[in-house]
Amino acid sequence: MDNSADSAVVAARNLSVYVPGLNRVVDGLDFSIEPGGMLALVGESGSGKTMAARAVLGLLPPPLKVTEDSSIRFHGHELVGATADILRKVRGRRIGMVFQEPMVSLNPSMTIGGQMAEGLKLHLKLSRGEIRDRCQAMLERIKIRDPARCLTAFPHEFSGGMRQRIMLASVMLLKPELLIADEPTTALDTLVQRDVLDLMRELTRENGTAVLLISHDLGMVSHYVRDVVVMHKGRAVERGRATEVLSAPKHDYTRQLVDALPRRSAGGARSTTAREPLVTIRDLVIEYPGRRTMFGKSEPKRAVDQVALSVRQGETLALVGGSGSGKTTLGRSIVGLVGITSGSIDFRGKPIEVGTGLLARLQRRDIQIIFQDPYSSLDPRQRIGDIVGEPLKLEPDMTAAARRERVLEVFGEVGLDRDFLTRLPHQLSGGQRQRVAIARAIVRRPAFLVADEPVSALDMTVQKQILKLIRDLQERYGFACLFVSHDLGAVEQVADRVAVMQDGKIVEVGERDDIFDRPKHDYTRRLLDAAMLLDRKFDGAKGAA
Amino acid sequence: MMRFVLDRIVSAIPTLLIASIAVFAMIRLIPGDPASIMLGDLATPDQVAAIRKEMGLDGSIATQYLLWLTNILSGDFGQSIGSGDPVLPLILERFTVSATIVVAAVFLAALIAVPAGMFAAWRQHSLGDVGVVAISTLLLSIPSFWLGLMILLLFGLWLKWFPIIGYVSFNEDFWTALSYIFMPVLTLVLVELGAIVRMARAATIEVARLEYITHARAKGLSENAVIWRHAFKNAFAPTWTLIGLILGGLLGGIAVTETVFTIPGLGRLLVDAIYARDYPVVQGCILFISVIYVMVNLLVDLLYPIFDPRVAE
Repeated sequence: MDNSADSAVVAARNLSVYVPGLNRVVDGLDFSIEPGGMLALVGESGSGKTMAARAVLGLLPPPLKVTEDSSIRFHGHELVGATADILRKVRGRRIGMVFQEPMVSLNPSMTIGGQMAEGLKLHLKLSRGEIRDRCQAMLERIKIRDPARCLTAFPHEFSGGMRQRIMLASVMLLKPELLIADEPTTALDTLVQRDVLDLMRELTRENGTAVLLISHDLGMVSHYVRDVVVMHKGRAVERGRATEVLSAPKHDYTRQLVDALPRRSAGGARSTTAREPLVTIRDLVIEYPGRRTMFGKSEPKRAVDQVALSVRQGETLALVGGSGSGKTTLGRSIVGLVGITSGSIDFRGKPIEVGTGLLARLQRRDIQIIFQDPYSSLDPRQRIGDIVGEPLKLEPDMTAAARRERVLEVFGEVGLDRDFLTRLPHQLSGGQRQRVAIARAIVRRPAFLVADEPVSALDMTVQKQILKLIRDLQERYGFACLFVSHDLGAVEQVADRVAVMQDGKIVEVGERDDIFDRPKHDYTRRLLDAAMLLDRKFDGAKGAA
Repeated sequence: MMRFVLDRIVSAIPTLLIASIAVFAMIRLIPGDPASIMLGDLATPDQVAAIRKEMGLDGSIATQYLLWLTNILSGDFGQSIGSGDPVLPLILERFTVSATIVVAAVFLAALIAVPAGMFAAWRQHSLGDVGVVAISTLLLSIPSFWLGLMILLLFGLWLKWFPIIGYVSFNEDFWTALSYIFMPVLTLVLVELGAIVRMARAATIEVARLEYITHARAKGLSENAVIWRHAFKNAFAPTWTLIGLILGGLLGGIAVTETVFTIPGLGRLLVDAIYARDYPVVQGCILFISVIYVMVNLLVDLLYPIFDPRVAE
């Protein structure tokens, strides 16, 4: 072993992870991180990045194993093949880990204080009072309101962003020498994402902690980390300075990743000012009733507040905002899935019907929705062909043969093979499932489509394909689209116009280029800042300019 | 939290009222006049009219119900037609017998089944897991009367370890009482074990995949701390509901087991009363059983936030 590897906090050599009897998930990976350094493993789902990181802590989910000729040295000590006792002394104390899903990575039945205290009690053997003081000081440090109360609260009382801050704080309490952060912000919206990453950088710098960051987001990584390793199918395909990899990718796969980064479509936004409005929303208010209890009602929550907006024939209007801004509620109300409190939504001059009555069903043939999570929006027990064909059963005169023909036609349009007809959703990848969801939505040639965060659960390269698909289909069918998203990168690629929503109100509406280049409202500016749009920083080629 | 508790308690009231109406209506819906049934074929119309008046059967259905409900609420469940004894003390006496056996059995079953299910889940697909699943499936598919008879045969007749017939109260002599309830308790434990094991196993498998379990390991906690501090409470929550349902169901009567072991429990009282058309007893038993069922589930609901604080919001 050479000296550079021994001075490193962590050095992996020829790291391979495999499923016994099957393939290698990680194949001959090398990386090392100097004290206080930061390295990112970047790749898409299935690239093996998460398993490589888990291997460091010996936390591979069974049946995955590390090959015997792999080596992971932590301050020169070999971790591969180390006993469970040694690993337990390293875990938490010297190597901390932060997970992706803030909603499931804290124990729901344990108080925040209890979970923070665990590590201190186990590794440092501090007294109760001392543990309490340290936890409270840390919560103050990360600017949690009312830290004393927070210690006795349960995770569900906090938002996703707050939980991720708390998680970071509890891991950094022990001042580990290495922090492994596995997609720490992927589940969060743009503004919160930035908050959490900034906090991570501050805390690790204060303690001289080295960071191994796992991410699929090359753009985000380049703002925080100096060195990256790009992984594809278990192998490192490219490595180097983040900025250099981004501006001059050498490997084909890296180039694909860089290409998939959000960039304004060269075709530019279509000017739609002359078109007729298809959907007109006036003074719309939607309130969720307060929870009813035997002793009265809690305050109703106003999700949409005095919104006026129209969507024109054939255009894509993007509805942008952070989580809790009311954008999803607004989108669903147009489909008739949410009752309105006051105001009106007109579709082709007629009010939207709510519920499952005949009028509502007739109207809904023309209005369709694509949901965010392709894993839960398809019936797991229905064959793909049936899922896509089901809406056609509402056509009284359509024969089974004609239905089948139409399904196959749509399959072709969304890029699915005939083989998929008889498959079940769980046999499909996320991107394929989202294609099925799109096929189901367009099979009856709707005039209006609501796409609720249709790509945020997908990998970057798949996102790009799906966004292009939606745009191509729009050209062909001419439907109007309300594209609901917190991801300004995606919005910039598909939108003709953009509406920005905050706390239930529309704060700004305008042509795409106006919003992106000349934002007027302060909130829009903050969103744009946080979005860290890459084209601004690297190639400067503003497609639509 | 306080609000959650009050809410649950208050919301049990309508359930109980509906149950009382159902019990009341059930008896009225049976064809034939209770008065003439009680008096038999040879009764004169005058006698029938007299007893109808005495029983309050001449008023409207609503007044009859209100009268009945007021009596019930003041603890008057009426008298048994057969023996003339007041119904409530009879029910309570029999219930104590059933409840002793049931509570002991459910407690033991949970004590064995929950760790077994968690053990199996933690070593999913291992030999131990396969064994636990096989045994619990086997137990689930054995009918309780057959199992009871086999236990009776083995421990009572062949080994002669325990008395075969009867019941002795714990107030009389602890060890004798224990020897009498051993076999029925064992039967119930074995019968209920399977369902609880499977639930505990399924819930633990679900929990074991979650990130907070990996997070707990990443803190450097020992496997025992991960299981008991992090997995147990979360995996136990759904099992807890099942245990409540089982307890509530069994407390309503274990007629089959009581019959096999000749135990004077609530289940037998009800069955005998039905055969004897002893309507006040039938009515009293059914109402009592529904109250117990609602109470047990109320208690389960109230304790649920210990395992999952999210429900108390």
